[in-house]
Amino acid sequence: MGFRAIVGAIVPEASNLDEDGWNRLEQLVEAALAARPRRLQRQVWLLVRTIMWLPVLRHGRTFRSLDPVRRARFLSSLQEHPIQLVRKGFFGLRTLALLGYYGRPEAARAIGYAADPRGWEALG
Amino acid sequence: MKRSYDIVIVGSGAGGGTVAQGLSSLCRQGARIVVLEKGPKLRAEEFTGREWEMAQALYQDSGGFLTAEGTMTLAFGCTYGGSTAVYTGTSLLPPERILQRWNVPGLTLADVEQRARKFMDQNNVRLVEERFLNENNRLFVEGCRQLEYGVRQFPVNLKGCRGSSLCNLGCPNQAKQGTDQVQLPRAEREGVEVVTRADALRIGEKKLWARVSPKPPAAKGEPSPWEPGEYEIDAKVIVVCGGAVNSPALLLRSGLGRKLPKLGHGFTCHPAFIMVAEHRQPITNFWGHPKSFYLDQFVQSDHFVLETCMYFPFTTAKAVAGFGEEHSRWMRAFPRLQMILVLACDEANAHNRVTVDRDGRPVVHYRFTPRVVRGLIRGAITSAKIFFAARAVRAHLPLGRISMIESQDADRLDQIAEQAEFKPGKVPVSAAHLQGGCAMGSGPKDSVTDSFGRVHGVPWLFVADSSLFPNSLEINPYLTIMALADRSAEAIREQAHTLL
Repeated sequence: MGFRAIVGAIVPEASNLDEDGWNRLEQLVEAALAARPRRLQRQVWLLVRTIMWLPVLRHGRTFRSLDPVRRARFLSSLQEHPIQLVRKGFFGLRTLALLGYYGRPEAARAIGYAADPRGWEALG
Repeated sequence: MKRSYDIVIVGSGAGGGTVAQGLSSLCRQGARIVVLEKGPKLRAEEFTGREWEMAQALYQDSGGFLTAEGTMTLAFGCTYGGSTAVYTGTSLLPPERILQRWNVPGLTLADVEQRARKFMDQNNVRLVEERFLNENNRLFVEGCRQLEYGVRQFPVNLKGCRGSSLCNLGCPNQAKQGTDQVQLPRAEREGVEVVTRADALRIGEKKLWARVSPKPPAAKGEPSPWEPGEYEIDAKVIVVCGGAVNSPALLLRSGLGRKLPKLGHGFTCHPAFIMVAEHRQPITNFWGHPKSFYLDQFVQSDHFVLETCMYFPFTTAKAVAGFGEEHSRWMRAFPRLQMILVLACDEANAHNRVTVDRDGRPVVHYRFTPRVVRGLIRGAITSAKIFFAARAVRAHLPLGRISMIESQDADRLDQIAEQAEFKPGKVPVSAAHLQGGCAMGSGPKDSVTDSFGRVHGVPWLFVADSSLFPNSLEINPYLTIMALADRSAEAIREQAHTLL
């Protein structure tokens, strides 16, 4: 559930997904991670857990319990962090969230993407 | 399992496909030649144009091979035809100043150009007819002309293009004349065997070890013609054409780094990012050929090239910096987005190189130099000028705290450039023009091969791909790779009586 909260902060539209939509999103992310080295997979899930619990130090509550403005502010602090390792960790997580959401053909259609293998013919 | 061939070619892209065709005439004299391709061969109907599905099927690491620093992803093909199955078919002749700078003994511009022109004919290279240009390309031309920039049209290798815009996901209409469509089928008709899903593990004295993988359940592509398992293949000649990441890695795994200190060095890649701008009206970028024009007048002064482009929803989402509502707003504007690809012209340096890890997997070390950062920033600002000259209402700048520029700020762009900050790990940089690692040169102290791709001190081992480039080509590399591979094939043919 922690990952879903992060995805929702990165792509606000994801909050409107039903359970099937979330399952498809998570399948894409899991398939992408499965092809990567175990070490990287462990790092991703460690980062998710860190993001969940780190706000407790500052706000006294977990990431999931923060309001949307504070969630965004916290993620921005990772994105702009002076340490490159933190920035690239967040970039990787952001990439997975965007893959899960926009990698689904229905999300592509929803934003008006209409490329077609038939090319000009499809325009009628 | 054991096999025996006269010639083994590793890789089937611009280099491997060209070498396969160039050597195929030897099959008539009884030579046995095999191409080992790590990726699968897809059936025509499997090219669906669906982004993630095709990225998984056609690219190494689904197009997201990460550098050791984790600050850039590399995109390169891993399929029958290699990266020629996933490029846009842009076919440029190598610039004279670059070949002069490479200064490889025995390599002349006239020779490379004559061979490149042969492949322009063979691959049906021509300019896209004006009536088939899409609005993204027209707006780029309009913006450049308003600014009096010297915009140029790409020659592309198309035959029967239907304008699907899906070049980078493998053409669903087989219109792009890559090695998968031209050179490999010709070589196979002459008797060259192509074995897909075959990963070259290591090279020994006139032999090579390879692993053939089974087709994963539900994966695209045909099964390998060879039974899955490990193979020891005797070969009189081996030609390595795995590209600028896999070729140096294979030679390093084979222990050649001890004799060749420059092996893996000199990696360049034209680091790139995508610029987008929003127009008031839809501009239907997703039909037509996506990459028809480019601007290279700033290569020598500011070290960047601009190209038109069209990317898919996930790739575009990754390229737009930030997250949350502002990011979503850009994505909802997708049908109104104009896109330009900014490529920095990097130079070989001591840090940027290919190594292998403990398990023998390739590792690419890459740091952005001040020259690259300057090229990307200047390229981004020039793109924004072009967007606004073409009447875009706002542009996305993936550099700095302010990521959105409104059209009323168009006259402040140079000031904005001064405030731009390039934070590796935040800026979405990727690269697809991977070069170097097995550079040509005069001897083992300064290079890996001679000008024919023959590895120094190993007369039966050749390299024939973009890893041969001693430094960045500063243009799209495919024709130059084919010309160099043609030289390697000719050298092998001419010495066939002693080598085979």
